[in-house]
Parts: sequence; structure tokens; C-alpha cells
Amino acid sequence: MTEFFTGLFLVVGAAFMVVAALGLVRMPDLPMRLHATTKAGVLGAGLMMVGVAVYFGDGGVTTRAVAVIGFLLLTAPVAAHAIGRAGYFVGVPLWEHSKTDELKGRYDEKTHTLESPPEMHEPAAKDDASH
Amino acid sequence: MFDIAIIAANVLLSIALVLGFWRLYLGPTLPDRVVALELIASLTIGYIAVYVISSGRTPFVDVAMVLALTAFLAAVGFARYLEKGGHRDDD
Repeated sequence: MTEFFTGLFLVVGAAFMVVAALGLVRMPDLPMRLHATTKAGVLGAGLMMVGVAVYFGDGGVTTRAVAVIGFLLLTAPVAAHAIGRAGYFVGVPLWEHSKTDELKGRYDEKTHTLESPPEMHEPAAKDDASH
Repeated sequence: MFDIAIIAANVLLSIALVLGFWRLYLGPTLPDRVVALELIASLTIGYIAVYVISSGRTPFVDVAMVLALTAFLAAVGFARYLEKGGHRDDD
């Protein structure tokens, strides 16, 4: 029974890794590649470490496997955010069919600051109703 | 049955590794290559998991932990130096 679940976790985790690598190769621009690799990659590696914890069923090994999963879950989003931010700042082009780029024209490359967003439309009808 | 699962996990990881190296070779920009390197680090953690199970050498789990942290440091370092470098025109 232990071997069955270990094999299941290993194969499913490795399959998620393949999905992540497929996304890395097939996706058209940097943010989409990040989206594919961080989520599917962390899930794949985490499932494989769960397989290790299930197979040994030992306190020390389980603690270390949980620590690996915790580090992966903590570090992967931060690393993805840093790479995506750096990629946007150095001018990596987005996919040509991307609909919106809300930072376009509002980011200052010299000072690394953003202009404030354009004014929101005030709900004028609500103002009249208060009188 | 269990041997087949381990072989299947190794084969799947190898396919993913080849695809990751293909993106590392293709680029087209430096951040894309950093993303590929990060995925390859995750794949190495998977290989370590399979090796620990197939050989029974549990101390290698520590290697996976250290590898997860160093991959994070490498990615953040790359991102920091890229960002300091400003706008660039890669191929």
C-alpha cells in the first residue's frame, strides 16, 4: 500500500513537471512562461517530496520533506515576482495578442517609480442623491 | 510495479529536462533563460526525490532542501542584476 501511494505521488509529480516544461516551451511570452513553470513546477516537486515522506514514514525524513515543500512554497512566488518584474523593466516584449498593459507609459526607467493611476470616474449620481 | 513507477518518474523527468534545456537554448531573452534555469532546479529536486526512494539514502533529502534555497538565491540575484542593468536589447 505504501509503495502504491509512493509510486502514485512520484508519477503524478513527474507528470506535473512535464506539464511545466511543456508550458515553458510552448507559451508565447515571459509572464505566461513564469505562470506555467512556477505553479506546475512547484506542485510537481512538492508531490514528489510528499512521495518521499510517504515512503519512509519516518519522523526525520518527513520533517525534512515538509521543510523542502515549505521552502518551495515560500521562495517560488518571490522568485517569480522578481524575475517577472525584472523582465518587464528590461523591456521583454509581451505577446502581440496581449490586450492590456496597464504599466505602459507610466513607468520611469530612471527612477524606478510609477506615476499615479489615472483619475477614477467619480459616481456623480450618488453625490446628487445625498442632497 | 514499484520499479515501473520509479522508471516512469525518471523518464518523465528526463523529458521535462530536455524541454527545459530546449528553452534554455532558444531564449530568446535572458529572463526566459532564468525561468528555464529555475525549472531545471525544480527538476533536480524531483530527481533527488526519486533517487532517495530508489536507493534508500535519506541524507540526500537535505541536498534537495539546500538546492531549493540556492535556486531561489540564484533567481533573485539574476533578477536584481537584470533590473540594475536597465533597458536592454537582446536578440
